[in-house]
Amino acid sequence: MMDALILSRIQFAANISFHILFPTITIALGWVLLFFKLRFNATGDEKWFDAYRFWVKVFALSFAMGVVSGITMSFQFGTNWPGFMETVGNIAGPLLAYEVMTAFFLEAVFLGIMLFGFRRVPGWLHTLATFLVAFGTTMSAFWILVLNSWMHTPAGFEMREGVAHATDWFAIIFNPSMPYRLVHMLLASGLTVAFLVAGFSAFRWLIGDRSASVRATLKTGLVMGALLIPIQVLAGDMHGLNTLEHQPQKVAAMEGNWETRSNVPLVLFALPDEEARENRYEIGIPNLASIILKHDADGVVPGLNDFVAEDGSALHPPVAPVFFSFRVMIGTGVAMLLLSWASVFFMARRDVSRGGTRHRRGVEGLPKPLLWALVPMAFSGWVATLAGWYTTEIGRQPWLVQGIMTTADAVADVPAPFVATSLVAYLAVYVVLLGAYVSVLFYLATKTAKGERVALRPGSGEATTAAAAAVAAE
Amino acid sequence: MTLFGDPTVWLPLVFAALMGVSILVYVVLDGFDLGVGVLFPFADEAERDRMVASIGPFWDANETWLVLAIGILLVAFPSAHGAILTALYLPVAVMLIGLILRGVAFEFRVKAPHRWKLFWDRAFFGGSLMTSLSQGYMLGIYIMGLEITVFTTAFSAMTAIALTVAYSFIGATWLIMKTESQLQRKAVNWAKGGIWGVVLGLGAVSVASPFVSQRIFEKWFSIPEIFLLAPLPLIALGLVALLWYALRHLPARNDSFAWFPFVITIALFVLGFFGMAYSFYPFVVPDQLTIYEAASAPESLFIILVGTCFVLPMIVGYSILAYTIFRGKARDLTYD
Ligand code: HDD
Ligand code: HEM
Ligand code: HEM
Repeated sequence: MMDALILSRIQFAANISFHILFPTITIALGWVLLFFKLRFNATGDEKWFDAYRFWVKVFALSFAMGVVSGITMSFQFGTNWPGFMETVGNIAGPLLAYEVMTAFFLEAVFLGIMLFGFRRVPGWLHTLATFLVAFGTTMSAFWILVLNSWMHTPAGFEMREGVAHATDWFAIIFNPSMPYRLVHMLLASGLTVAFLVAGFSAFRWLIGDRSASVRATLKTGLVMGALLIPIQVLAGDMHGLNTLEHQPQKVAAMEGNWETRSNVPLVLFALPDEEARENRYEIGIPNLASIILKHDADGVVPGLNDFVAEDGSALHPPVAPVFFSFRVMIGTGVAMLLLSWASVFFMARRDVSRGGTRHRRGVEGLPKPLLWALVPMAFSGWVATLAGWYTTEIGRQPWLVQGIMTTADAVADVPAPFVATSLVAYLAVYVVLLGAYVSVLFYLATKTAKGERVALRPGSGEATTAAAAAVAAE
Repeated sequence: MTLFGDPTVWLPLVFAALMGVSILVYVVLDGFDLGVGVLFPFADEAERDRMVASIGPFWDANETWLVLAIGILLVAFPSAHGAILTALYLPVAVMLIGLILRGVAFEFRVKAPHRWKLFWDRAFFGGSLMTSLSQGYMLGIYIMGLEITVFTTAFSAMTAIALTVAYSFIGATWLIMKTESQLQRKAVNWAKGGIWGVVLGLGAVSVASPFVSQRIFEKWFSIPEIFLLAPLPLIALGLVALLWYALRHLPARNDSFAWFPFVITIALFVLGFFGMAYSFYPFVVPDQLTIYEAASAPESLFIILVGTCFVLPMIVGYSILAYTIFRGKARDLTYD
């Protein structure tokens, strides 16, 4: 029988993994919707409003999933991890309070206006509501990442009788890893949405939808992905260097490096063996890890064997999960890079065949296999994001707040069968909801591609004319 | 910080008040939309669409008050937060799953293929019912000082039903205000049926609480308190009588006074809430932990308070804006 600690950890990991899927979409999709709305305001071209109309549905659905799973998150601190708040509540508390007050209410109230207010409010107010919702989701991400980063690199506090007290709020908020984590997460959200939009637009294209709106969104998604991915690789590299400074044991686990030494190879594949404290079946590129982390082939990189207690027990995180999650994230990033750049290349090629008019081929230039590859990539952002978070969070173990309290210190004194019951119930609900979510996205895409929209919504022409009039009146 | 005297005295009090207000606002606002969900099985498909349309723009913001209330408990009274939530572990889990189901059912019922609509309607009803019942059950256990015995469980089963009836009652009065014709007449009938449940539930909780808790008994039935407090139940009775009278005459011509039952019901909720708050003060965990013992460090509370002074008026402001934009009878929900 598993104890309450391990069950609570599995439950926490399940809940946060489910939750993060949806904010990852809504954070960036809010801004993409604002982009569609502004393009429509500026050009009056219906295709941008069609794009808005389709993706706002995805937004509404994702938002609802994010909100309900977020409520579960906020109760868990009390139900499963009371020790967390008792020890660091003076710091975590205000950060969470600011999230609720500055972000949650803003997005929740203006979401209603954004979704259902199109005919009730002036055009500028609807655009403003769209902006405030996007801004609100980004603020949520900001505050929660401040807290999470503080747990990795605590600063600006002192311990009195075993309880953390804030001494410098500026240092708490702008703690050493916060800027890196925030940038990397916001880019992750942008990439997730870029590939989601591109993937579903490719799907609609493949089943025969040749509308102007699907062209516009396919191009938007691909260009957005192609622009963001190199920045993400750079930001990720800087994030890693920052981690090396503050949590070297985590980087050692990510690299699968056991001994502190120079000329460390970049391990592409291996099976880390914690019993024998070595890698099996290692394939690596000589010197590359030293070059990446120290910008010098002779650079000395810390190894896991430096983090072993006197009695031989490990003071570093479990190696294999961190090692593999990290590789899944990087692998997905590389796939994103190849696919988005290839797509932009094919779209930018000039068409010389047609009577000498050398115009760019655009979406028509995308080869079919590439389009088919984009469809499963629709959810690649989820894979990379989860893998990245697993690297970060498992890499922090056994600490909950680095150097201050361990995960075991925080756990509640709740009977294990209770936790087992709630865990099973959550998992069952999550499986059903995830299945429903993905299949409804495909259903909506198919329905829109087949043009049922027109039959379902007789008021469409009128609505857009009204919108155009509202825009003109401004 | 010393401006108003000792911050370890007034800060916990201010935060207890803030938490009380958010719980009250939550119970009223999410109360009506949970109630609408509980009434689902009594309506046909077109009516259900209209019922959802009446709460669609609001439910998310309504639920946020729960996040705020639990957040204040968490940040201002961390040790109480742990004690209460671990004691209520299973009912909290039931409530959360209920909230998940009903929250997503809103979206899925219109976006999934039509053959799934009935399934999501049931999820909406089931989720709303789970949430209402578990909240009522937790209220009961809380009144009983977080002890779980056969007796307290029976008492809490009663409060679970009472709160669910109260939610569906305020839901029905909301629908009287927001809908027309056939559905409005139905809502009047639901409210007529529910009012007796409300009277019974409110009465039973008020009568039972002082008898099961010596401390609550002393707070209410000693002199001079008993005279000062006597108006409370009398006003409540007066409000019930008004409600009963109003329901017999609704819907009226020109739809006048359709808002009346909803507003009176809010007043009833407020009264009940103050009675309860009076019974418990100064405890945050009944008979175990006072708000002063459980409070966080003053410097942390202070920094939250500064933010609250700026942000709370804004929240109230734009919530009013949203209710103004979507005032009047509920129309079909469309995205354009
Ligand atoms: C679309 C998503 C995505 C993509 C393509 C990448 N990452 Fe990432 N990564 C994340 C999404 C993410 C994340 C989910 O957002 C994490 C988890 C926590 C965090 O701050 O960001 C993360 C964490 C994370 C960490 C752990 C930081 C820590 O110790 O806390 C490192 C070192 C990197 N990333 C590095 C990279 C590099 C070098 C990439 C180049 C290919 C890369 N990531 C692509
Ligand atoms: C930013 C907000 C976050 C906070 C405050 C937070 C906090 C925590 C806490 C309290 C734990 C300890 C409980 C446990 O060991 O399970 C934990 C572990 C964990 N978290 Fe996070 N987390 C955050 C974000 C995330 C995200 C977004 C993910 C994944 C998508 C994630 C994945 C995990 C995993 C997998 C563990 C388990 C590690 C282990 O037990 O080996 N976390 N985190
Ligand atoms: C322990 C960690 C977390 C807690 C307690 C938490 C709590 C919540 C709550 C209560 C909501 C619902 C707000 C509402 O009622 O409108 C929510 C939504 C949200 N959360 Fe989290 N959350 C956590 C982790 C995260 C992480 C890691 C991110 C992203 C980096 C995130 C980003 C968001 C965003 C953007 C929303 C807005 C709603 C949506 O888009 O779905 N949260 N969260």
